[in-house]
Amino acid sequence: MDEQKEIRILAIESSCDETAAAVVVNGRDVRSNVISSQIPLHTLYGGVVPEIASRKHIEKINLVIEQALSDAGMTLAEIDAIGVTYGPGLIGALLVGVAEAKAISYAAKIPLVGVHHIEGHISANYIENKDLEPPFLCLVVSGGHTHLVRVCDYGRYEILGRTRDDAAGEAFDKVARAIGLGYPGGPKIEKIAKEGNPEAIAFPRAKVSGGAYDFSFSGLKSAVLNYLNGCRMKNLPICEADVAASFQQSVTDVLVEHAMRAVEEYGMDKFAIAGGVAANGTIRSAMKAACEKKGVRFYHPSPILCTDNAAMIGTAAYYDFIAGRRSGLDLNAVANLKLGES
Amino acid sequence: MKILALDSSGLPASVAVVEDDNLLGEYTIHYKKTHSQTLLPMLDEVVKMLELDLNTLDAIAVAGGPGSFTGLRIGSATVKGLGLALGKPIVSVPTVDALAYNLWGASDLVCPLMDARRQQVYTGLYEFCGTEMNVLFPQCAAGISEIVGRINTIGRSTIFLGDGVLVSQEYIRENCKVSYRFAPAHCSKQRAASVAVLGCRLFEQGQTETAAMHKPEYLRLPQAERERLEQEHLEQERLGQEHLEQERSEQEHMEQVQGS
Repeated sequence: MDEQKEIRILAIESSCDETAAAVVVNGRDVRSNVISSQIPLHTLYGGVVPEIASRKHIEKINLVIEQALSDAGMTLAEIDAIGVTYGPGLIGALLVGVAEAKAISYAAKIPLVGVHHIEGHISANYIENKDLEPPFLCLVVSGGHTHLVRVCDYGRYEILGRTRDDAAGEAFDKVARAIGLGYPGGPKIEKIAKEGNPEAIAFPRAKVSGGAYDFSFSGLKSAVLNYLNGCRMKNLPICEADVAASFQQSVTDVLVEHAMRAVEEYGMDKFAIAGGVAANGTIRSAMKAACEKKGVRFYHPSPILCTDNAAMIGTAAYYDFIAGRRSGLDLNAVANLKLGES
Repeated sequence: MKILALDSSGLPASVAVVEDDNLLGEYTIHYKKTHSQTLLPMLDEVVKMLELDLNTLDAIAVAGGPGSFTGLRIGSATVKGLGLALGKPIVSVPTVDALAYNLWGASDLVCPLMDARRQQVYTGLYEFCGTEMNVLFPQCAAGISEIVGRINTIGRSTIFLGDGVLVSQEYIRENCKVSYRFAPAHCSKQRAASVAVLGCRLFEQGQTETAAMHKPEYLRLPQAERERLEQEHLEQERLGQEHLEQERSEQEHMEQVQGS
């Protein structure tokens, strides 16, 4: 019993505009993490074009998987399970990864585990924080998602709040476009905001009636657009850096306020962030400071594990796998898959 | 030679295994379930029924397009995954060619029609000579008037087949000047057996690709890309027009100067 067998997961992720594959051993040991990004391709259109993303996934997927295996120094014969994102995301994009994973699983006789994309983002925190175990609270913020989740156990989640309209990352993209920064908006806003005054313009901090922890970012986005239009009508100069900094501050304040209120109410001593927007330095340091003030341990993945990647899918698949969860040959992609449903 | 073939380019999902001159098995369904839910379970049933060891295959053939973009990608990703796991080459069979091959030996012209939406069909023109199928007009996306026009010019009787018949038959009845027939149900839609047999021929000719390099032949750009290129084209035309006008006015100016 002193030498436990390693469990090796090959993970595949294609829910949006990154084609990714990874090999993860025993859930937290990432042996390879290959990401083929399509960002330059979609920049031409100011956002992700689903059909173009799906076509690119087909072209890249085998190369990415073969690279992940070879980086890990493994062959398919050494893999114990295949994990694949089956939702939520762009349906055409998801289907490429799902069909590919099912075919490999079938031909190589390797068990298949369908993984929820958000569960993957949450699990990214396990990779670099070997001590992190549920229960904890996690804020998932990305271009497609804004969820405040109570992680009760591995594979057991309770959603405390979600966005009623735009995802936080979506708001970054839209505001970036409005001030002429282009796509993807997150990193561009963060960069220019460093030169600006976060208190220059008083943008709203939206409160949502009904759901105590729900978010709304469309009002904030409209407020920014109105401000810009107002300035243009009156021929007033616009300081893009101030707009970016003030917008970013408004998003940060709302995220921090919701998170800390939930930490308090649920008596959590651990808090994690995840998703592409979790790579934002301002949001990260504000969360860190707020957690420290409350004596709560703060966790976050490195930027490479914040964006869409397959290592996090491998981690989530591992915990699903050891819990006995398996997917069949009829596994389908589900664009609006809910967390906690299987 | 043993070939597995998949076709998920249209509404039917179809799986077949051909060994030399024998069709060992074929499974075709045309049902409301998605290819993502049906294709692999169907393959599994065929494999079990035939006690087939996938490692004994020589190649994996797939209807490589045109067709429904998503349907093509499900077939494509499936054969790519199979090819990756088994280390087998892929044979990409043109979808319209495979449809025409359903009617092997016909003395009439064969004209497959696949509904491509936007008032177009994926189509082509084929004839059979001896054991060979000749491509008279290679597969493409075209308006029904264009393909019927070609048939009228050639002036030979024709068999139409495919799911595009439904949307085109009225036009054909009114405009086709040669005698024509519509194929019956057993050979009118995509069948993986045709993909497999044509796949064998292509395999013998060395027309294979690696699983990594395989991708569908869509015959159409994504809508966003098409619109972007049209926009750029219009922009270039506008700039060209402006340039011309500028030249003209400069020339007029010169003439006036010279004239004065």
